[in-house]
Amino acid sequence: MIQVVLPYHLRNLAQAEGDVMLDVPAPVTLARVLDVLEQLYPMLRGTIREYETGKRRAFLRFFACAEDWSHEPMDKPLPEAVAQGREPLLVVGAIAGG
Amino acid sequence: MSSVRVLVGTRKGAFILSADGKRKDWTVSGPFFAGWEIYHMKGSPVNPDRIYVSQSSGWFGQILQRSDDGGKTWQQPGLQPGEPAMPAFPDKAPNRFVYDTSDASGKELTTHQWYDGTQHPWEFKRVWHLEPCLTDAEAVYAGVEDAALFQSKDGGGSWQELSGLRGHGTGPKWQPGAGGMCLHTILLDPVHAGRMYIAISAAGAFRTDDGGATWKPINRGLKSNFMPDPSAEVGHCVHHVAMHPARPQVLYMQKHWDVMRSDDAGENWYEVSGNLPTDFGFVIDVHAHEPETVYVVPIKSDSEHFPLDGALKVYRSRTGGNEWEALTKGLPQKDCYVNVLRDAMAVDQMEKCGVYFGTTGGQVYASPDGGETWSAIVHDLPAVLSVEVQTLA
Repeated sequence: MIQVVLPYHLRNLAQAEGDVMLDVPAPVTLARVLDVLEQLYPMLRGTIREYETGKRRAFLRFFACAEDWSHEPMDKPLPEAVAQGREPLLVVGAIAGG
Repeated sequence: MSSVRVLVGTRKGAFILSADGKRKDWTVSGPFFAGWEIYHMKGSPVNPDRIYVSQSSGWFGQILQRSDDGGKTWQQPGLQPGEPAMPAFPDKAPNRFVYDTSDASGKELTTHQWYDGTQHPWEFKRVWHLEPCLTDAEAVYAGVEDAALFQSKDGGGSWQELSGLRGHGTGPKWQPGAGGMCLHTILLDPVHAGRMYIAISAAGAFRTDDGGATWKPINRGLKSNFMPDPSAEVGHCVHHVAMHPARPQVLYMQKHWDVMRSDDAGENWYEVSGNLPTDFGFVIDVHAHEPETVYVVPIKSDSEHFPLDGALKVYRSRTGGNEWEALTKGLPQKDCYVNVLRDAMAVDQMEKCGVYFGTTGGQVYASPDGGETWSAIVHDLPAVLSVEVQTLA
């Protein structure tokens, strides 16, 4: 299972308690994780990726295994530790105001 | 006895203020959607328990919420878990506001003027205003930034742009005001089928007579000195427009500067600022039972967005403009430096018309007697973005 850590407001919007656990088919990529996430939690559609382009929203970032994945291709396999559920994928709101 | 429900959108959530017909003792509920910007919330005139809410965030984008029980519970209409996700992203979703560029019904996505006069891409940012249909609880309009008008016919579950407005030709001359290039006013004519008015800052006012297919600018008589041609067809920073439903051809406008009036459905405007101490401001509204009674809240200037001399005053004209009287009883008359934003005033339909407005300081003031006396329902909400009132049987 893939562990996804959502920002506070998206966790509330999804009515998820704590981190979200997802069953994602291999190869585990950002795109596949978000596909499954948005399928289970349709209220999150459009909040992480833009409807029109499918691109990451500008003020969100993706971190995995202490690395910034925000600018990596969506179809690039995530680190093995994330794919095996030993490390989470973090969706993080950029620090921009309060 | 009738009751009222005041719907308040703020920078950090939504609140509902309720009272019986005396409008003296209030119950405050909320915050709903805490931490999110609530630009607007409004109830359906057909089914008052149906309330539409625009919830947005610079981080997470636009969300559309709906209640069908007067604000007790909320949902994002039309969402079904388990639907195919991207790349087969659904065409329909309550927060999918995509400009229509299709061959069949759309218009080319042009650029608009940026602050420095250069051209800038059109980009959706948020919903500023929701206007439920007068006759169908499932139908609702949304005015958005960057300026365009969307329509939903399924209770907010999906949205289609009425692209004739954005694409009618003058778009490259529209420009953002300080708050962004927003479509903030939608007025539905209850008498003339298919007629509605919208206003955009800073493009001006527009009217359709065919349900939104085609539009015409209605800005003759407006003068804006920040433009090379102060009387140009478009480019005016209209802050808000109000109408009395019994006389929908008469419009009142609070422009960036100037309070204006039209007696011919916007074809011609003339100034009615009269004896106002300053005619800059954002809100304007009309008494529920007196079509010639109009309210504004003058703000010192476009450089200083607070009341003149730190004294918060509502001004009322009972002559449709020009002759204004200050209403101050119960309002702070010193050290008050709040603003009252464009969608933050509303009136109820009670026999003695109630008037309400919210401030950027978090106060919501109510007058149960048409403006004679005021008191704060709440003092310390987040900055108020919008105020609407429902009069309930």
